[in-house]
Amino acid sequence: MELIDLLIKIALIVVIFAISLVVAMYSTYAERKIAAFFQDRVGPNRAGPWGILQPLADGGKMFLKEEIIPTNATGFLFIVGPSLAILTACIGSAVIPWGQNLEIGGRVIPLQVTDINVGILYIFGVVSLGVYGIMIGGWASNNKYSLLGAIRAASQNISYEISMGLSIIALLMVTGTLSLGEIAKQQHGFWADGYFSWNVFKQPLGFLLFIVCAFAETNRSPFDLPECETELVGGYHTEYSSMKLGFYLFAEYINMFISSAVMATLYFGGYNFPFMDLIHSPNLVAILGVVALFAKIFLFIFFFMWVRWTIPRFRYDQLMDLGWKTLIPLAIANIVLTGIFMTIFK
Amino acid sequence: MESLSNKKKQLEVKPLNFWERAYLPAIAKGLSITMSHFFKKPVTIKYPEEKREFSENFRGMHSLKRDEQGRERCTACGLCALSCPAEAITMQAAERQKGEENLYREEKYAAVYEINMLRCIFCGLCEEACPKEAIYLDGDIVPSDYLRKDFIYGKDKLVEAPLNQ
Repeated sequence: MELIDLLIKIALIVVIFAISLVVAMYSTYAERKIAAFFQDRVGPNRAGPWGILQPLADGGKMFLKEEIIPTNATGFLFIVGPSLAILTACIGSAVIPWGQNLEIGGRVIPLQVTDINVGILYIFGVVSLGVYGIMIGGWASNNKYSLLGAIRAASQNISYEISMGLSIIALLMVTGTLSLGEIAKQQHGFWADGYFSWNVFKQPLGFLLFIVCAFAETNRSPFDLPECETELVGGYHTEYSSMKLGFYLFAEYINMFISSAVMATLYFGGYNFPFMDLIHSPNLVAILGVVALFAKIFLFIFFFMWVRWTIPRFRYDQLMDLGWKTLIPLAIANIVLTGIFMTIFK
Repeated sequence: MESLSNKKKQLEVKPLNFWERAYLPAIAKGLSITMSHFFKKPVTIKYPEEKREFSENFRGMHSLKRDEQGRERCTACGLCALSCPAEAITMQAAERQKGEENLYREEKYAAVYEINMLRCIFCGLCEEACPKEAIYLDGDIVPSDYLRKDFIYGKDKLVEAPLNQ
């Protein structure tokens, strides 16, 4: 690889890393603002105009708080927990195609850090690793509530990963590839060959299953049982303080961003947008594509928050019921139906 | 037995139908309700900048009134202190000297007049008891402070500002 290519890659990685951190930062602000609007309030409005500096104030507060490590906690693992949570949250963005290739001075710049041909498997691997941060943190705290939260997180993630994987299998039958870049490319435009080109129109049930599982995987309400305040104090982060707590909370928002990006890429056409063939400059299409992808991502993040402030939390047995008795059979039925449709119409 | 009010209604528990068990229509309905609130005007009053108007009979901080010529009306009769159920009011009377007729309306006046705002329950009985129409609870909310002693308001805080000054 040439040096310039390496530099471009590094620049892209830094930019994506910075963007996901900034998006996560402002998700906390957006969450509070949106919650306020749903409840006829105004939300944070003191730090800067409309409270726009609130995330900085929160971050500053987190850094300046006293750092407490309980005497009976397992010191090393106690620190590994949040580090792992934030690490796995951040590396998920590596395979997401952010846009079409840019062409500057005859050089093709792909707006994707790496287009590995098992992109979806990579995402799944990272998502499954994510639960280790929570489990290790909850275990190392040496606290009943933390442990219960960690156990809940683990069993919830395992249960919902199955139906998530099964819903993806149906998608893979349609697309025929595991590469995220390829999947995004297949959904070109909006209308192709007499049907919508976005996967959500080919896999509506699969998308529904996937989004429900995504809520469970990111530990968002109504499946936020690992940290449910009413039962478990703070769940797995009960004993955490200072920036270690900040990392856990931050990882949740980064996860939300990444899973929104994955959903947008897999089901909602990624960087594709309607009438993109009418624009002839490829660079302009690429840039507009990035804008379109981010618009979709923000819509999904908004949806995550909208649901959080609408639906009450599931009871734990209901959660398991839904996961094992409803979602998994539905996902299997979806695979069978997809197979039947494909043999009939192709 | 028939109930007396005749309002008794027998409810029956029906098993949930398919759509109710599927849970999704209920979620969609809930989402539409929250979305309708999203566009409503917030009810928040941003307090230090905006203030809600008090009702007409709001009882706030006390003020000791002056008459048309700017003389203090209070004659230190002590009826307000006597009527106060919380025993928040205390005063010391003094005799008006020659040359002070433009300051005090009556021959006797309150040299010290203190209300402990932590004791006061803002019932307004002092206002009703006053024969000289000298005390009214027509002020703002009593501001917060750090020390208990700072809540004992003397004449410097209670007496109305003098006329034309």
